[in-house]
Amino acid sequence: MNTIAPIEASAAEEIRAYMAEQEKKSLLRFLTCGSVDDGKSTLIGRLLYDTKLIFEDQLAALQNDSRKHGTNGEDIDFALLVDGLEAEREQGITIDVAYRFFSTPKRKFIVADTPGHEQYTRNMATGASTADLAIVLVDARQGILRQTRRHSFIASLLGIRNIVLAINKIDLVDYSQAIFDRIVADYQDFAGKLGFQSIQPIPLSARFGDNVISASANMPWYKGPALLEHLEDVPLANADEERPFRFPVQYVNRPNLDFRGFSGTIASGVVSPGDEVVVAKSGKSSRVKRVVTLDGDLDRAVEGQAVTLVLEDEVEVSRGNMLVAPGARPEVADQFAAHLVWFAEHALIPGRSYILRTETDQATATITDLKYRIDINSFAQEAAKSLDLNEVGVVNISTQEPIAFDPYKSNRSTGSFILIDRLTNATVGAGMIDFGLRRASNVHWQALDVSKASRAGQKNQKPAVIWFTGLSGSGKSTVANLVEKRLSSLGKHTYILDGDNVRHGLNRDLGFTEEDRVENIRRVGEVAKLMADAGLIVLVSFISPFRSERRMVRELLDDGEFLEVFVDTPFEECARRDPKGLYAKALRGEIKNFTGVDSPYEAPENPELHLHTVGRTTEALASKVEKLLVEHGIIFNYDQSSWSI
Amino acid sequence: MTKSLTHLQRLEAEAIHIFREVAATFAKPVMLYSIGKDSSVMLHLAMKAFYPAKPPFPFLHVDTTWKFKEMIAFRDSEAKRLGFDLLLHSNQEGIDQGISPFVHGSNTHTHIMKTVALRQALDKYGFDAAFGGARRDEEKSRAKERIFSFRNAQHSWDPKNQRPEMWKIYNTRVAKGESIRVFPISNWTELDVWQYILQENIPIVPLYYAARRPVVERDGMLIMRDDERMQLLPGEELQEKLVRFRTLGCYPLTGAIESDAVTLPEIVSEMLIARTSERQGRMIDKDEAGSMEKKKREGYF
Repeated sequence: MNTIAPIEASAAEEIRAYMAEQEKKSLLRFLTCGSVDDGKSTLIGRLLYDTKLIFEDQLAALQNDSRKHGTNGEDIDFALLVDGLEAEREQGITIDVAYRFFSTPKRKFIVADTPGHEQYTRNMATGASTADLAIVLVDARQGILRQTRRHSFIASLLGIRNIVLAINKIDLVDYSQAIFDRIVADYQDFAGKLGFQSIQPIPLSARFGDNVISASANMPWYKGPALLEHLEDVPLANADEERPFRFPVQYVNRPNLDFRGFSGTIASGVVSPGDEVVVAKSGKSSRVKRVVTLDGDLDRAVEGQAVTLVLEDEVEVSRGNMLVAPGARPEVADQFAAHLVWFAEHALIPGRSYILRTETDQATATITDLKYRIDINSFAQEAAKSLDLNEVGVVNISTQEPIAFDPYKSNRSTGSFILIDRLTNATVGAGMIDFGLRRASNVHWQALDVSKASRAGQKNQKPAVIWFTGLSGSGKSTVANLVEKRLSSLGKHTYILDGDNVRHGLNRDLGFTEEDRVENIRRVGEVAKLMADAGLIVLVSFISPFRSERRMVRELLDDGEFLEVFVDTPFEECARRDPKGLYAKALRGEIKNFTGVDSPYEAPENPELHLHTVGRTTEALASKVEKLLVEHGIIFNYDQSSWSI
Repeated sequence: MTKSLTHLQRLEAEAIHIFREVAATFAKPVMLYSIGKDSSVMLHLAMKAFYPAKPPFPFLHVDTTWKFKEMIAFRDSEAKRLGFDLLLHSNQEGIDQGISPFVHGSNTHTHIMKTVALRQALDKYGFDAAFGGARRDEEKSRAKERIFSFRNAQHSWDPKNQRPEMWKIYNTRVAKGESIRVFPISNWTELDVWQYILQENIPIVPLYYAARRPVVERDGMLIMRDDERMQLLPGEELQEKLVRFRTLGCYPLTGAIESDAVTLPEIVSEMLIARTSERQGRMIDKDEAGSMEKKKREGYF
């Protein structure tokens, strides 16, 4: 028994000492990228294997897998260590980013192994967005490919400053220095424009381990570091405490009346009790009273720490706002220029509205201008009407509410955002803010004394926008006309906005492409909003084929003000009626982008009223609309006996 | 003076950020509490994230009725100590059918008593976000999963179509019936978890420490006989061995390892020289290749 206690004590001591060592290690996050089959996954597998991070049972499973799916005959296929999805192993490709962890006596590493296929670029961007360094792999036999350029460009766009140019499969070109030198020259030629701080070229063979963790005897001509040596030694940008204080408020912690704290992660700078801080959006200032954590109040908190701040004064702060240094404030604006990477199959369309999210804030946003698209190969600026999947462009964005931000170049946390599709909730784009276009404070709404309510009250009505949507020839205008006549006879003040009429004037400059259709609806939506503001009951008769634009208009208006009426007439019936002879032309191919023929119509999912027109008279249909208006309190004092249907 | 955060401080801050993000943006979050060491760490992080308030969500334990008795005792004492809101759910149909890992095998048992039970509980309460303690270093398909991992209305994961996850900006939007599984300790390794437990002095189930326990050797694993439902097969014998567990689940599916580590430093030290991964002690992962991915697609955590 006497011996047990000392052994325990020494084990404990050893472990404490070991942990103290661990705590001193820095953390490097990097990704591997490059074209398909350049050996990214193999390289990571090799790194894990050579740094003894593969457990015995994992190795046994790997040997099994290698025989089943491997591409190296009887040899171990290291890529199978990271290609964790069934589809990936079956197809022998990487689809999504995998995160792996390893450490050496000097550093801890988080690796993102990203896919090379162009179609999975968004997954590469996901891996790059949190990385400090990128290993760009190049197959020595292939040289620089399109994806090498694309990934280098995206890495630079996302603010990665350190590149390792790993020229892989060097064994397959007889360890040729000439080939290595040529590829390095090619790379430096185009990457010179991308603003990297360092580019370290290394010739290696991931499959056989040359220059991966130690210098290879096969390439005596190479004097540089092996990959792992470089990863261990590359200097990391230290958190710069000189940067101005930024604290995006994530959560307001209010357990009782005595405590009101603002929780968040410090995006840059430091904070201590007594510091003056300003609420970015309101400009109100206060002082930090306490920096609260469960482990006790702190004297000082730095970039990256998740804390709760209590202020001296009762100032209004909610999620999405920012507490900042008074002497160096972020921009607050509702219009700004940004670089944007597009992730969705469905193209980005200027004018369409998306949800913009920053780290803690959210606003409805519209791309007001696509200034240009950037060609991935030449980095040239090209004029464009839309951005397709995986394309990069420079845009102007306008948000409904101002947001607080810094340029991405000076702060990755407060200068980034994503765009979300309103209907599918998919993440469709990622943006990096360049600069604000004008200060939101200069565009205050003109406060008016006569309100919407008073204007409507004068007319004894409640303003509304009744939005008729449906195919061309479905009967929208006919029904809207009759409804307006009846409303007018009831003494209501109305106006009809009709698709064809508006296209003769306000929208005469627009055609029928998807982009123009979006802009068409945006303008009409804004006009309808102004008219509703004037107290009118507005009847809008527009094909308006896309759900997202109808939804955009709905959100422009106050709750309950937008009533969507789906005039549902089957395509065959519309084509048979063909009041303007348009279907005949479209079906002959004489009109392009005709809704229902070669341009889609997205039927409403939850309209306020669904009108099946076939076999119904216009009078009956109009009565249904009137009934809807009564139900929604748009008209009152109405004789219900005329609800003949 | 520049003082960078340590590795564990960074991981802790990231997890706290994620906890707060969910509390701020979801209508009805829940934390899946499975009682193991990762759950202990998650619980500790949740307490930190909302201090001085309590975590603004309940903790759900999906009880397969086959957990170690010591786990259940630990669960109840932690709920009492910290005062969190504990919800319990078991698949009653499964209980009525007498589903047993011994009779029906690990696959069927796990599917009915864990995956289906979890789906039932999520549907019953209408949770739109559920925290889990999964880590990317545990298994190949988990290494591929996002921190905010989208599930459709059938609770299913589509690994080929995950939302991009840029920076620390999380897309938390879901339609009715859909939900997000959230993994705040995605970027932690097993070693990080143990180091953090040691650093923060976090209570864990005593089964992680070595003690003499009654075990049976079966299918190459040491299974602890936690109650009489485990029948000995011909040729098997119950032995007292000095063992501990690296991972905890249903006792018939969880293999013990022989060990004399009775303190946290000893456990960490043992870990450092371990040559097998912790999931090796789990039968469910070995049923078939890609089995974790398959289970996740069906709604398993």
